Amino acid sequence: MAEAMIRLEAVTKTYQGAVNPAVDSLSLEIPRGEVVVLVGPSGCGKTTILKMINRLIEPTSGVIELDGRDVTSVEPHVLRRGIGYVIQQIGLFPHRTIADNIAAVPGLLGWDKGRIEQRVDELVELVGLDPEMAQRYPASLSGGQQQRAGVARALAADPPVLLMDEPFGAVDPIVRSRLQEELLRLQDRLAKTIVFVTHDIDEAIKVGDRVAILNIGGMLEQYAPPDELLREPANEFVAGFLGEDRGLKRLSLIPLTSVNLVRGPMVNVTGTVEEASSVMRQEGTEWVGVLEGDRLLGWLWNTDLDGKSTVADCVPRRFRATIQAAASMREALDAVVNTRNQAAVVLEGDRYLGMVFLDQISEGLLS
Amino acid sequence: MIDWEWITDQGDQIWERTVEHVTLTVIAVVVGLLVSALLALVALRNKRTYAPITWTSGVLYTIPSIALFVLLVPFTGLSLLTAEIGLVSYTLLILVRNIVAGIDGVSPSVVEAARGVGYTDRGILRRVQIPLALPVIVAGIRVAAVTTVGLVTVTFIVGYGGYGFFIRRGLARDFPTEILLGVALSALLAVVVDLSLVAAERALTPWARSKATEE
Repeated sequence: MAEAMIRLEAVTKTYQGAVNPAVDSLSLEIPRGEVVVLVGPSGCGKTTILKMINRLIEPTSGVIELDGRDVTSVEPHVLRRGIGYVIQQIGLFPHRTIADNIAAVPGLLGWDKGRIEQRVDELVELVGLDPEMAQRYPASLSGGQQQRAGVARALAADPPVLLMDEPFGAVDPIVRSRLQEELLRLQDRLAKTIVFVTHDIDEAIKVGDRVAILNIGGMLEQYAPPDELLREPANEFVAGFLGEDRGLKRLSLIPLTSVNLVRGPMVNVTGTVEEASSVMRQEGTEWVGVLEGDRLLGWLWNTDLDGKSTVADCVPRRFRATIQAAASMREALDAVVNTRNQAAVVLEGDRYLGMVFLDQISEGLLS
Repeated sequence: MIDWEWITDQGDQIWERTVEHVTLTVIAVVVGLLVSALLALVALRNKRTYAPITWTSGVLYTIPSIALFVLLVPFTGLSLLTAEIGLVSYTLLILVRNIVAGIDGVSPSVVEAARGVGYTDRGILRRVQIPLALPVIVAGIRVAAVTTVGLVTVTFIVGYGGYGFFIRRGLARDFPTEILLGVALSALLAVVVDLSLVAAERALTPWARSKATEE
């Protein structure tokens, strides 16, 4: 694990009037440059944990360190200006334009006007907003656009740490999925330390480098990279929280490129019918794929070859299941189960790479 | 029935009374706003003080205006102070209520976001809560200002009155034209004040307008 950017040590929070603590003696290290997701059912204290990091909530006991310094050693508002914060309700200032919203923290930090303007332009572009929107008020933007503006505001002063409290909870599933991908793309470039709170385990698995599964009362049940969680859940609670389709979820994390593709029964379009028949005999299939160089033209039943002399005389049938090499194993599985011959063709752009069968997919899970 | 010729001779007098009426109104609303802002701040800091503050300003509001001015005379005499104490008293209830409601009505997520990005409590109040509460606060100021314009006519009891001067003299002389002049000018001023405040609000809250067109 990389060196810790945020360290929680025996942190407990008991709300006034409550009998049981919301967070009970939690110790957790969040490595620099990683996305750590806190996930769990409601009442597991995940939001409380997040808000203790930027002191919107003060712990009852315990120590929280940010980059080696106790967070209580600076004034809360000074601390917060150095931490990006994104919330579910977005919380854009309705009375300020998008540009002025993004400029909030640089303004508080006293940057000069030119520098703020330049930074706002950069961020509008970075989060994929139309520059024309910068001068509009938040109410005239869609939910997804507002959320992008919220992320831009959090990134404005280039803080090393970003806290995100169910940031994509209020948008529809399609927009959410796109925002998740954009976040990962951004993270590839920015390498921030991100603490991300969600109740959606699929989101946790998708965005997290590391996932902390919490139980009621802020009990840490397991803290591991998503693949490890899915492969070896620490206990019943974790297994139950991950759901029955753990194997499928793992598949979505494994790239298709990690399995050995099968060449498959292939014949060049310039070949003869005899060559095609011998390929089928060798592979034990009743069909053969037709290639032209490294481009896949389609496939033929053995009966299609009857009475023909060369492969070029036949009209190849189209493959139903094709998949790009960049896909996950889960997408490959989906393609495979939708075909009769239980195989999917893997392409890279136009280029034929090979075929993937059900066997390779289950082998991939065992490795 | 209306003696137009007489009215046209009153130019100087009308101007003088307009200045007086506007001055009395502006002082009352500005002082009322300052006092109310202070009371609202106390009420927002300490929720338990809200009920007594609104109760007290509510009681003041229920005292008939003529009675209030008469009650004050033994203490402050026939003075501007007497007139203004009365006028200010009537603005408090509506202004305190609207300032508190306006600030309370600001979305908690916006306040949390403001705190989260590093605003101090004062910064949140000045830069976020008050600007966002403006439509509700201005709505209160409009009611207070229009009410005050009407009440100023009653201050003739303590020797002021603005357009109330015409009403009182008209009554004394049994001269309907003069009574009507006072009433009409007062009503006209109320409309002008209200419209100016609407214009001021629109200028101060461009964001609220863009929202309205969107919905």
